[in-house]
Amino acid sequence: MTPHPETWLTPRPEGLWCAPGGFHIDPTRPVGRALITHGHGDHARSGHDAALATPGTIAIMRARYGQDAAGSLQPQGYGAPIRVGEVDVTFVPAGHVLGSAQVRLAYRGSVAVVSGDYKRRPDPTCAPFEPVPCDVFVTEATFGLPVFRHPPDGEEVGKLLHSLEVFPERSHVVGVYALGKCQRVIALLRRAGYDRPIYLHGALQELCDLYVRLGVDLGDLRPATVADKAALKGQVVLAPPSAIADRWARRLEDPVVALASGWMRVRQRAKQRGVELPLVISDHADWDELTRTLADVDAPEVWVTHGREEALIRAATLQGRRARALSLVGFDEEEGE
Amino acid sequence: MKPFARLLDALIFTPARNGKLALIEDYLRHAPDPDRGYAIAALTGDLSFARAKPALIRGLVEERVDAELFRWSYDYVGDLAETVALIWPEADSRADAPHLSAVVERLHRAGRSEVPALLAGWLDALDSTGRWALLKLITGGLRVGVSAGLVRTALAGFGKVEAAAIEEVWHGLAPPYRDLFAWLEGRAPMPAVTAGTGFRPMMLAHPLDEADLATLDPRAFRAEWKWDGARVQLAASGGAIRLYSRTGDDIGPAFPDLVAALAEAGPLHAVADGELLVARTDRDDLAPAPFAELQQRLNRKSVTAKMASERPAFLRLYDLLFEGAEDLRGLAFGVRRTRLESWIARDPRPRIDLSPLVAFDTWEELAALRAKAREDGIEGLMLKRADSPYVAGRPRGPWFKWKRGPLTVDAVLMYAQRGHGKRSSFYSDYTFGCWRPRTDGEGRELVPVGKAYFGFTDAELVELDRWVRNHTVNRFGPVREVEAGLVLEVACDSVQRSTRHKSGVAMRFPRVSRIRWDKPVEEADEVATLERAIPA
Repeated sequence: MTPHPETWLTPRPEGLWCAPGGFHIDPTRPVGRALITHGHGDHARSGHDAALATPGTIAIMRARYGQDAAGSLQPQGYGAPIRVGEVDVTFVPAGHVLGSAQVRLAYRGSVAVVSGDYKRRPDPTCAPFEPVPCDVFVTEATFGLPVFRHPPDGEEVGKLLHSLEVFPERSHVVGVYALGKCQRVIALLRRAGYDRPIYLHGALQELCDLYVRLGVDLGDLRPATVADKAALKGQVVLAPPSAIADRWARRLEDPVVALASGWMRVRQRAKQRGVELPLVISDHADWDELTRTLADVDAPEVWVTHGREEALIRAATLQGRRARALSLVGFDEEEGE
Repeated sequence: MKPFARLLDALIFTPARNGKLALIEDYLRHAPDPDRGYAIAALTGDLSFARAKPALIRGLVEERVDAELFRWSYDYVGDLAETVALIWPEADSRADAPHLSAVVERLHRAGRSEVPALLAGWLDALDSTGRWALLKLITGGLRVGVSAGLVRTALAGFGKVEAAAIEEVWHGLAPPYRDLFAWLEGRAPMPAVTAGTGFRPMMLAHPLDEADLATLDPRAFRAEWKWDGARVQLAASGGAIRLYSRTGDDIGPAFPDLVAALAEAGPLHAVADGELLVARTDRDDLAPAPFAELQQRLNRKSVTAKMASERPAFLRLYDLLFEGAEDLRGLAFGVRRTRLESWIARDPRPRIDLSPLVAFDTWEELAALRAKAREDGIEGLMLKRADSPYVAGRPRGPWFKWKRGPLTVDAVLMYAQRGHGKRSSFYSDYTFGCWRPRTDGEGRELVPVGKAYFGFTDAELVELDRWVRNHTVNRFGPVREVEAGLVLEVACDSVQRSTRHKSGVAMRFPRVSRIRWDKPVEEADEVATLERAIPA
């Protein structure tokens, strides 16, 4: 008889635990053996004895944590199964950021897929999400409300380009998370034909360099920190969200403050953050992508983690699936980092 | 609809006036007629059609979205129009999105029962920003932080004409303003100014710099009291009577008692400039009540009979722009003043009186009069050159306002909040408090008495910002609570009793006049000091 995943995959305070494999998935505290879905700080912590992840995620962990990343880091590419304990583990692209993976777990004929964070729309900086049939699908729910529907990326980048036309004298400072969002926004601008230099806050430089080394073309990037005020007039400057409305931004001349995030879909939320130009660009699945993915994966049972569980559980139930919340602590509600 | 929706969306996020102007002008350059005319009318509140109530919109959405999912979403978003705009199912293939003009013209013809089906059809055809704009439009009240005056300034910028010229023609025009755009684009002459009840751009005064008095000849000037009410323009022609605010908005509907009293006394045909005031009900003559009484009546769409009888409004006139059809604006102030006096004497009306001239020979004499005037309703003095014609705008030289000295109070900085736009990285909005005895009798406590966000230089702002960051004891979102350690000298025009504030007092027009880096907080003022400044 095949064992139900709830007998061998269980939430623990430090993270999701797979007993027959002897590993945790994205644990929030140092553990013996960890599987890491992607490089964002709340999923990829440092200090595990051994970590298994895709080569892209390992490169990101090394860039961020250096020698402290883990006792040993084992790369494993997409699609090839590897035996860990008594469990067959396969990494499948999740489409979230470079290197991001879903984890397919097969144990005695029973299959569970842990999605990690994911999105469905094309992203020039990472491999696209692949739906995998399974008995239990563990899904994120960051944007688990039907009001969250991210518009096409091109429209959002178009808003930024339009603003550059209306306010040609003003710097446009765009808040982006250092990993993933930053490089995606650059790639989307390049795709829209924007070939002028893009200026970077110092905290964004290292991961951009890494993306370029891994073969993602980002065009002409320059440090914003040394550029003088006048040179940044009418230019696009990228900075971490915490810097866009704080002292760092004072180096800019009368900036238009933009923020690229799925939360920008709700005007009040954007206004609260003092954002003048909200750009609804997210690396997480929106509501339509979440519900479509449940149908594509077609698992009879869905476990919903970090985010707004109750609405997605309701939607899964309306699709005729069993669904429950899986409370995992330690993941940031804010997307990304 | 899409360009209009994009404009509204951008306006709501743009804090700076110049930014808003740039956005509106950009829209006017790209949008066709008659869309842009209706957009202008939507922004100035000049559109009229059958509105939709929130219950109707909720009903439409619950036919399409699971009620439970809608409820969770509404809880999260908090605004009905926005929730519905975001949650409305996206059609697989959309009909062509309607133009703004098509929506406005169809709604104008529509009966109330037709609205639900029309609305649903448009919501299906629009994207989320379009749906949001449509819902804001149809429920009334765009609330995008744009005044009618700002829109007219944008029109002036778009057409490269003086703002006063727009003001002059504005009230003779109706949506979608084709004549206006034809003129602004140089395709037609300026639209004819309609006589009668149109708004005439007002003449405004500069604040007097007392150091300049030595260079001014007292014999060339006339002085009047500066009344603490609302500046209005009375425009009457035949049966129609309008009361325009300084920005050209007709506020007559909020003062039906006054308009009716003026109309009852027979046909009126004139344009006059004066102060709107509320009369004290314990006096038989027209004596101004404190500004707070008038404030109760401003910004209301309708007024109850009780409100009108407890706070009767009247006009105190100080200038005459038109008598009958005769335009007096080119005449000297002294001449217009004589015409005003004889007009009021010839045709006296209830609820109108004349603002008297204040006689003086020297500036010293006038300064003494100004210093003594502390009674209700007087805010200071106006100085007007006797030979000045009435010109739109704020010319330097002919008119000065000489406000009486502000009250100042030493208060303690309690909370600071980040500003907007250019100041978004600075803690620039300050809540300050004064001392009062604790209710338990144990010493004193600070209680907030007001909030100010200007009055300091950019250099001082940098220092204040640094002080706030170094003395923060608590954070609440964008607000920081600071330790009681810095005294601000705050100036204000007056102090009023308030039931809204914990301290029981409210300051009018507070601003930081000095930063008292030197002063120990224990020496800041008590709430009782402010209470003593409340007019009886």
